[in-house]
Amino acid sequence: MSKNLTPQSVITEEVTLRYDYALGEVAGTFMDGLKQRKILATRCSKSGMVYLPPRAFCERSFEKCDGWIEAGHEGVIEASTVVLRGFEGSRPPPIAVAFVRLDGVHSAIANYVEGLDLSDTERAMDRLAPGTRVRVQFVPEPQGRVTDFYFVLAQ
Amino acid sequence: MTEQVAVLSTWQSEFKLRHPSMTYVEQAQEAAAGCMAKVSMCPDDIDAIVYSLAPTAFMGVADADRWAIDHIFGAGKPMLRVHTGGATGGSVVQAAHALVRSGMYRTVMIVGAERISETPDAQKVLNQIFDPFYEKDMPLQTITAVALMANTYMRRHGITQEDVARLVVRQRRNALLNPHAHLKGNITVDDVMASPMIAYPFKLFDICPRSSGGAAMIVGNMDAARQWQTRPAFITGVGAVSDSNWIGDRIVPSAEYDFIDWKLMRVAGRAAFERAGITDPIHQVQVAEVYDAFSIQGLTQLEQLGFCASGTGFLLEGEGAWEMDGGQVAVCPSGGTLCTNPIAVAGLVRAIEAANQVMGTAGGHQVKNVRRSLATAVGGIAQFLTCSVFSHEPYEAH
Repeated sequence: MSKNLTPQSVITEEVTLRYDYALGEVAGTFMDGLKQRKILATRCSKSGMVYLPPRAFCERSFEKCDGWIEAGHEGVIEASTVVLRGFEGSRPPPIAVAFVRLDGVHSAIANYVEGLDLSDTERAMDRLAPGTRVRVQFVPEPQGRVTDFYFVLAQ
Repeated sequence: MTEQVAVLSTWQSEFKLRHPSMTYVEQAQEAAAGCMAKVSMCPDDIDAIVYSLAPTAFMGVADADRWAIDHIFGAGKPMLRVHTGGATGGSVVQAAHALVRSGMYRTVMIVGAERISETPDAQKVLNQIFDPFYEKDMPLQTITAVALMANTYMRRHGITQEDVARLVVRQRRNALLNPHAHLKGNITVDDVMASPMIAYPFKLFDICPRSSGGAAMIVGNMDAARQWQTRPAFITGVGAVSDSNWIGDRIVPSAEYDFIDWKLMRVAGRAAFERAGITDPIHQVQVAEVYDAFSIQGLTQLEQLGFCASGTGFLLEGEGAWEMDGGQVAVCPSGGTLCTNPIAVAGLVRAIEAANQVMGTAGGHQVKNVRRSLATAVGGIAQFLTCSVFSHEPYEAH
């Protein structure tokens, strides 16, 4: 190619795609539960496992989950982090997130942790250490989305 | 009757943020042509192609394996694309290994390229891998998901951020000797600690860069090795395993494989080591190219692979156990994924580096007297794991 040519460098495009994700019966029931300020988990009577987020099928017993259980509104942190930058999500950082195993449930579910002073990250992380108890709070008007609830420190 | 599987040739580009002088497919072509030319092979010498292509939303052309067919000399040949996220580059090697070992093909070329920086929205792309009902509303992407795991791991084992920073210092220094590496330099623990906090405990220097570039490897049976390579590396052990999409199932007491300690890697490692005849990895393996997109990831795998006890990898880092010279095992002499992460081919680069070390062609970061090396790869939120062993001797010699 001739050296005195300066090629154009890029072609710019912006792609917008729209989706309607089908919830199905199980996730749909969970979202309906949120509107009544209930966190609903599924249970498999054969394996005894209680799943949150709820599952249609128990992969351990190879049977359908056959019951709904209302998860406790308190639980224990299994993993946590404070996000300070680098993520352009729906909420501006700093934000705290934790996976919490709610009472009566075997698995953990993620959500925001609110009401915590995040100005000192080290101190905030100490307060969010694994094993810490938290409780669930609901937004004033639940919409049937997982962000209808969040966690706050139990004490 | 199974065939030996020899690495005949490897090729990788320089990795950096952008390669504005060529398109994505031209980048893949450069790798394919370069890899063949190194051992004087031509497209007719390649029986089949395995294409290494992870999420295509980064470079914006959906399922670009189709786009790349001509460029990688695929027309007229059997070709398959493999995609296991970040583990793609590990899975392609294992797919090619199976195709040769089974006797189906005499030679297979593995090739691919990555162009993450073609979008400024890479983190949004990575958020798209999460469940749309329960997870995607959170700021979850690979960085935050691994940060969640890292915090619990570090508290469990009493590991400090400074302990982890020492690994970053070592690998950036290793990368100085690797002309293909993206991030490199003589930095200090203080530099790592002073880099901006992204998601606790990960600071900018704990996180891999977004790398662009291409890579290829040609494997073949013993007959092909005799024809094209005087000093091949042999793939003598492969293991792979996958785990649940539910992070919340993997960090609780009822977890089948505890994600905090990366127990799943033990499963992949055991399968690979059994095939490779490895019973005492720290004395039998001289180089470990573990896939570490984050500072915490590599040594947790090394622990599960049996190089040291769970929770001790970072303490041994402080004692120099993983140094290229004078360590017990050279961990990521290339600088690792931490210094260079072209997602679609990052696992392939690990395999190329591991094979090169056995073939004696690693260049400035060649470790002395390497008889065996291993490469791992990790995809999804540590859901797809692979471990491959490279040896100077073929399978039956064990």
